[in-house]
Amino acid sequence: MIILGIETATQQVGVALGGQEGVLASVHVARGRRHAEVLTPAIDFACRQARVELAEVSAVAVDVGPGLFTGLRVGVAAAKATAQALRVPMIALSSLDLLAFRVRYTDRLIVPIIDARKGEVYSAFYRQVPGGAQRLGPYRLGGPAELAAELAARSEWCLAVGDGALRYADLLSSERRVTLGTAGTAYPSAASLVELAQPRALREEFVQPSEIEVLYLRRADAEINWERRHQVVPGPAGGGEVGVSGSDRR
Amino acid sequence: MVEAAAPRAVLGIETSCDETAAAVVVGGRQVLSSVVSSQVDLHARFGGVVPELAGRAHVELLSPVVAEALVEAGMDVRPPPRRGSTVRLPPVGEDPSRNLAAVAATVGPGLIGSLLVGVSTAKSLALVWDVPFVAVNHLEAHLYAASLEDPDLRFPTVVLLVSGGHTMLVVMEGHGRYRLLGQTLDDAAGEAFDKVARFLGLGYPGGPAIDRVAMEGDPEAIDFPRALMEGGWDFSFSGLKTAVITYVRAHPEVSTADVAASFQQAVVDVLVEKARRAAKQERAEALCLAGGVAANSLLRERFLEACQADGLRPFVPSRAMCTDNAAMVAAAGWWRLQLEGPSPLDTGADPAMGLCLAG
Ligand SMILES: [Zn+2]
Repeated sequence: MIILGIETATQQVGVALGGQEGVLASVHVARGRRHAEVLTPAIDFACRQARVELAEVSAVAVDVGPGLFTGLRVGVAAAKATAQALRVPMIALSSLDLLAFRVRYTDRLIVPIIDARKGEVYSAFYRQVPGGAQRLGPYRLGGPAELAAELAARSEWCLAVGDGALRYADLLSSERRVTLGTAGTAYPSAASLVELAQPRALREEFVQPSEIEVLYLRRADAEINWERRHQVVPGPAGGGEVGVSGSDRR
Repeated sequence: MVEAAAPRAVLGIETSCDETAAAVVVGGRQVLSSVVSSQVDLHARFGGVVPELAGRAHVELLSPVVAEALVEAGMDVRPPPRRGSTVRLPPVGEDPSRNLAAVAATVGPGLIGSLLVGVSTAKSLALVWDVPFVAVNHLEAHLYAASLEDPDLRFPTVVLLVSGGHTMLVVMEGHGRYRLLGQTLDDAAGEAFDKVARFLGLGYPGGPAIDRVAMEGDPEAIDFPRALMEGGWDFSFSGLKTAVITYVRAHPEVSTADVAASFQQAVVDVLVEKARRAAKQERAEALCLAGGVAANSLLRERFLEACQADGLRPFVPSRAMCTDNAAMVAAAGWWRLQLEGPSPLDTGADPAMGLCLAG
């Protein structure tokens, strides 16, 4: 079973091909923020170098976020179209899961943090378990200062990774128990995506392209402003802590 | 043994603004399917298109819309099952990879977050099916809308392109060869309709609202200004919008229907008169109407009258072909493919793209 993985949740574009024997190819381009331009040629390149025909792909895995909205839309649209044209099912994974999986060999609390812009970050807590990293709570959107205060209050040894951890390094590392990941672990990896997708594919935990939802965690500004003007009580995704179900449904 | 003819069908994809659309068109002319999913209801409460919401909706809607367009065209793609449904539809028709000449998508102008969804989807489909990808200019696509329903397109044709984002007079000298005569210096015609409708409390979208209310009003009631009527080929509508606002504030008792009718009359007068003069100057064989505002009843009526009076062949597309759709994208894509061949797979979106003009 060959899985094509597509990952565009940050400024990086990642493509990987995975089989039972592991990662067959992976391409990552972190510079330029040209997701739409880079992605299709990257898929083509990965396939050619790994000598895999797209027709051999039996599932498409995609990082559904949270992360950069435009990047996510490019990756999710491309992944859905690819699965649709190949007539294969999909596997959806979170960018935060991917970041945690990559650094799972630690006893520390794993805290992947992705820059959400506008002075906020996406984060979640994980702990190592046999075969991976287990998420301890919901995916969240909030200020980096509050997250730093929460980590300090836990008085636990932590490993913070991701571009958000690097951006707010000063805030987070003022607590001595918090260690920061290196630049090499700043972005979710498409190789992790296909690795994580493999056991799910064996268990046939698939979704159809029509069931894929981007994990935005933050609603459109226009909606928030409209509700403020019309005195609507904000929904669960209005800020602070939100769960997986916080993705935007109309 | 007879060799199979080269495929001539193009799958078109359009996501530049608030319509999610896909269509299959053969040879740039024969429409096999044209599916449009409008987001009007989603944006209505905001009084205009919210780019972030449009982008989100395109991601959700585009793959079922593409599946529907392919199935309707008799191509073998199963529509994705609906949520909770266990029914799997059997494959129908032919394999798209053997029947498509290309996958075409609008790459600009438009909203960047919306355009990217269509471009990424189209390039992925093209890669999997191993058929060419063709980048299409949205404005050029509008110019081809009329020829879809009336294949006898003759050159030179003067096209009046009027939509929410654009107002321009273009001379089409041949396939892919255009000359821009003039365009709006401020608001687009459709934008003026939206702004005046909002001011009059008629709701969004403004075009159909004014069209409806104006039927009850007197178009001669108020003599609104006709800007730039004499000079050159450019248009200006922001002064007209201000004149409407000033008039209504000074005459609060005025009938809304009279204001709407008089405003609409002023816009249509300018558009039709300039198009007519342009056709004369260019010795055009035909006069063609395109863009969302071309769905306006008065404009259509007056445009046909003008063509008849001047002995010009009129190309007035049906309302469905005037507003954004993917059949026009597939048609423009077919001609682009004939003229220039495939576009590279590292093509991105170009939100400020202009019309490629004749060199
Ligand atoms: Zn348009």
